[in-house]
Amino acid sequence: MSIPLSWFLILSAALFSIGLFGVLARKNAIAILLGIELMLNAVNINLVAFWRYGTIAEMAGQVFAIIVFAVAAAEVAVGLALIISVYRQRNTVVADDLDLMKW
Amino acid sequence: MTAEQIIFLIVAAGIVGSALMVVTTRKLIHAALWLVAALFGVAILYAILQAGFLVVVQVVVYIGAIAILFIFAVMLTRRELRDQGPQVRKGWWVAGLLGVLTFAGLSFIVSQWEGFSKLAAEIPADADTLGSLATALVSPNAYVLPFEVASVLLLAALIGAVYLAVKK
Repeated sequence: MSIPLSWFLILSAALFSIGLFGVLARKNAIAILLGIELMLNAVNINLVAFWRYGTIAEMAGQVFAIIVFAVAAAEVAVGLALIISVYRQRNTVVADDLDLMKW
Repeated sequence: MTAEQIIFLIVAAGIVGSALMVVTTRKLIHAALWLVAALFGVAILYAILQAGFLVVVQVVVYIGAIAILFIFAVMLTRRELRDQGPQVRKGWWVAGLLGVLTFAGLSFIVSQWEGFSKLAAEIPADADTLGSLATALVSPNAYVLPFEVASVLLLAALIGAVYLAVKK
């Protein structure tokens, strides 16, 4: 393959940083979860690239990526259920307004 | 430049552009659709990396389930979404600075590593990567425990999501 590993690493660093910006800057709780998805995808690109550029017979990279898929699915299901539940009670999805557990 | 590199650069530009739209666009439903575009780009990257099973999982699980869940959630909460007014917090430039710093730091750290510009060896024609992935997932000597824990986690998330979202 003619693509150096560095290209994948730089791309995933960029994707992770964009996701981080989304998590920190957005007001809407759903938009924050979108940023988390971008960060998880950046991690997955790295894992699969390391699998491809390392020993092919060693499947750890792909297995880890699959575990990340499962965790992402679980996180989104519970996260969005929480947001919808909060939205029902407080009528808002703006993360700054959700200060129920602050004192 | 080879065709592979040109495809990679086009896909990478698409991913970064879509990701930037996800975090900056005002309408949340558009952000969710841009996320679908970014996820498709990542699926193409898996195809470039010759991880065929992950391409399918990315499309089915990420685009087919997670992105659709996002769109559902956006529509269920839409009325209060305030498409007018700023969509970012007051200190958004601090977040931007932190993002740029993270990118610079990560790039610097990986560029120090000696395997940074490594090239991949060709996969031999008789190598069965899908078969060895399947074996690794269920083999007691490999990853059967994380595999089972993941299934328990998904069951717990399913029950938890139903409990949280159901109208009491």
